Amino acid sequence: MLSVELRGEARKQRAAPAGEFTDEFPMTQEPLFGERPGKAPRADRLVVLPFATSVRIAYQSIKVRFFRSLITTLSLVLAVSFLSFVDVSNDIANGMLASGDPELRQSLLRAGYDFGPEEANVASTAKQRWIIILSLLVCVVGIVNAQLMAVTERFREIGTMKCLGALDRFVLRLFLLEAGMQGLAGALSGAAAGALFALAAGLGRFGLEAVREVGAGDLGLSIGWATATGVGLSLLGVLYPAWVAARMQPVEAMRVEQ
Amino acid sequence: MPETSHVVRVSGVTKNFRIGKIEVQALKGVDLEIARGEYLSIMGPSGSGKSTLFNMIGGLDKPSAGKVFIDEVDIAQLDAYELAWLRCRKIGYIFQTFNIIQVMTALENVTLPMVFAGMNSDATVKKGMRLLEQVGLGDRHSHKPFELSGGQQQRVAIARALANDPAIILADEPTGNLDLTTGEEIIALLKRLSRERRVTVISATHDIKMLNVSDRVVWIRDGRIDKIENREELSISIGKIRVRE
Repeated sequence: MLSVELRGEARKQRAAPAGEFTDEFPMTQEPLFGERPGKAPRADRLVVLPFATSVRIAYQSIKVRFFRSLITTLSLVLAVSFLSFVDVSNDIANGMLASGDPELRQSLLRAGYDFGPEEANVASTAKQRWIIILSLLVCVVGIVNAQLMAVTERFREIGTMKCLGALDRFVLRLFLLEAGMQGLAGALSGAAAGALFALAAGLGRFGLEAVREVGAGDLGLSIGWATATGVGLSLLGVLYPAWVAARMQPVEAMRVEQ
Repeated sequence: MPETSHVVRVSGVTKNFRIGKIEVQALKGVDLEIARGEYLSIMGPSGSGKSTLFNMIGGLDKPSAGKVFIDEVDIAQLDAYELAWLRCRKIGYIFQTFNIIQVMTALENVTLPMVFAGMNSDATVKKGMRLLEQVGLGDRHSHKPFELSGGQQQRVAIARALANDPAIILADEPTGNLDLTTGEEIIALLKRLSRERRVTVISATHDIKMLNVSDRVVWIRDGRIDKIENREELSISIGKIRVRE
């Protein structure tokens, strides 16, 4: 009933141009949702933020606060590079085992890898897994902390956007997009760095022979897995802060104290 | 509908805040009608309920009792989507601290409300440039907020507030962070735009300069309207101040 009144009002405005400056931009440019033929009016379509625009705003936001974004992402880079390092190291060891070369098998045993005489592959040990999980947990906590601070820093910007008509979900989407982009960049570079480091370490310990045996597929899979984990963690870490941001009241923008 | 001449109607509004265990009544029954195209100033000492009333008119806060109508729509009845639409299309906000979005250029700041309103990007850029020219910043459209002075930022904010041809402009201490001359320029700009575009301007202010251009001044004291003065009554008292200077 009330939304009908609102739309009626909008229609009235269109019929009577409000002033000399509005004539050039008649409101017919905007689809008025109550007037779309054959479609039921939907109030939730009244305010929009196109996805491409959200991506652009999120990207700009990261670019402008580059240093800040870098620090937020750094813990992710480190954790993901550790994950990738362990995975790729195992890939190298598996490649050496799969080659069937007894010398490479011996050097693996000398290096402290623990496997029976029959086994054909090396799995990560329970200890390794625990350390990885712990490092990823610490990383998520770090991201939550950094993002909560970012929300506090940006509360006025968020409040202003809401005064301009942004819905909760626009804010949520912007934060998720930012975290996704940061996560992708950070996780990719972390995974690549970890893999490179593991290859360099393999080269140093076992020689060129060993590194040559690594399957490209395994390597790609490890890097891909580490990257995906990183992006997932980045999104997981921003969920709560983004929710806090999205629920912020527009009146916050009016507060004077910095 | 004769009552549509009132773009804002506040009737019997009270607002209670709970601070810890104490209930504080910030507004104790306010009735106010604001006509379309009016330039209204709300004056009052801090703690008088001025900001509360102001936020209520802006649809930023809901009353504990009583009703606030914006364009004859009771804002308490609106859901989140309709409120967002109201903020986007009906109301333009101007803040004491400018609140230009730091990561965007002047033009992007002005076009953002139009993006929310669903305008296509060519039209937003065209209209955004035109609005910036109107506030005298046509050549500054690609500047970031930190490259602009306080007065220029407030001009961007005014252009942004006008983006969707709102019925109401709400200005919260628009000159509070500006020096005397810049403040006067901003007031003159607001007055000019309100006259040219027939926009209702409602401002909460301490600034005596603001009174000179106001059609009406509402004095708030202790959660109630103390008095409402028309411009004729005001210009006399302002005149006295001017003479003394």
